[in-house]
Amino acid sequence: MSRKRSDFENSFFGKLSRFVNGEYTPFKEESGYSVDQTETERRLHDDFFKEAEWTKKQNEADSYVSEYEGWAETKGIKLYNRLYRILAGVVCVAIIAVLLYTVSMLPAFGNPDNPANNEVPERYIEKGLEETGAVNTVAGMILDYRAFDTLGESHVLFIATICVLVLLKINEEDEKEKKLAESDDRRLEPKNDMILRFGARFLVPVIELFGIYIILNGHLSAGGGFSGGAVMGAGLVLYLNAYGFKKTERFFTMRTFSIVSVSALLFYSISKTYSFITGANDIESFISNGTPGNIISSGLILPLNICVGMVVACTIYAFYAIFRKGNL
Amino acid sequence: MSFFTWALLAGLVICAVAAALCKNLLVSIQIFMGYSVIMSVIWFILESPDLAITEAAVGAGITSVLFFVTLKKIHALKDNKDEIGEKDDEQEKK
Repeated sequence: MSRKRSDFENSFFGKLSRFVNGEYTPFKEESGYSVDQTETERRLHDDFFKEAEWTKKQNEADSYVSEYEGWAETKGIKLYNRLYRILAGVVCVAIIAVLLYTVSMLPAFGNPDNPANNEVPERYIEKGLEETGAVNTVAGMILDYRAFDTLGESHVLFIATICVLVLLKINEEDEKEKKLAESDDRRLEPKNDMILRFGARFLVPVIELFGIYIILNGHLSAGGGFSGGAVMGAGLVLYLNAYGFKKTERFFTMRTFSIVSVSALLFYSISKTYSFITGANDIESFISNGTPGNIISSGLILPLNICVGMVVACTIYAFYAIFRKGNL
Repeated sequence: MSFFTWALLAGLVICAVAAALCKNLLVSIQIFMGYSVIMSVIWFILESPDLAITEAAVGAGITSVLFFVTLKKIHALKDNKDEIGEKDDEQEKK
């Protein structure tokens, strides 16, 4: 093959053959490096160039990133905090202004010309004692004229307890979970607190008696099922705090709660159904109003007060117990 | 309205603002209890004693107690809880 020309290396066909063999790329020439450089030199040069380029780019990216991060940590948070405070203040002032404006539009307190003083309270006040037999007109209203409302409220309390139980109940069979909940519960509790126990010994009977008094006198004096039940529930919570779950579990368990609540609600529903049916059909009811002022008087109001009080007391105690140990 | 009523109303506003602005959750709940007590006295002045009883029992008593229990559950009460808890854990391990 002596016919090869001396400048074959740089001729078109020479370049082509080298390109086909993978030794030469025609695009390299444009970057200004002569083809005459040996392979190792070129590679070294390329590597150095690439590295310099890479570090340069990296530095640029780093500076971008650091700038961005710094913005979020310093200026961004500052801006967000300022915006947050301004917006919170604006919303707060706006709500206060709207509420004050609404209050200023209300009629004056105790004015006889108020729109609330129409024929409805007139009837309640004038005929309430005669029709319901309750000296306490409020009790006559909420447990006779508007007993349906109170029925719904009692059921709302029961449903609320069930919802709390569904959300917070722990699995009794899971020993680990039970132990964790119990240790969590006892962690901050002062055990055998003498002051609390001594105070509770005198206060709890008084509070319970006061609650029972409020419930039983609901149709005669201020109070009623809800207030009395709340007082009784508060007394139970105090007793539980002073003496612990072991003492309360002797008389109040899940079984007690379900029996008392469900039977009270059932009695309420059945008795009010009876009185609604007799009232709607103008049938003479066998429940008499009795003598106003006596404990046993005013028809269904006294038993309904007791029912509502039972439900409320059970609900409050159950709330507290479920919040604390995840079960009744 | 008498001076007493005005004082109660001012206390109501102060309690409401303080309960919202207080940083310590425990103190905030105690202020809220105070708010309920003042409110129950105001109910009594407005001649609705049954509401006063309910407010005192529910607002000052049960709501606050439930708040306290919730704070205890989420470990928001500032106390030496961690030390005691760790001690308990160590004892259990032993």
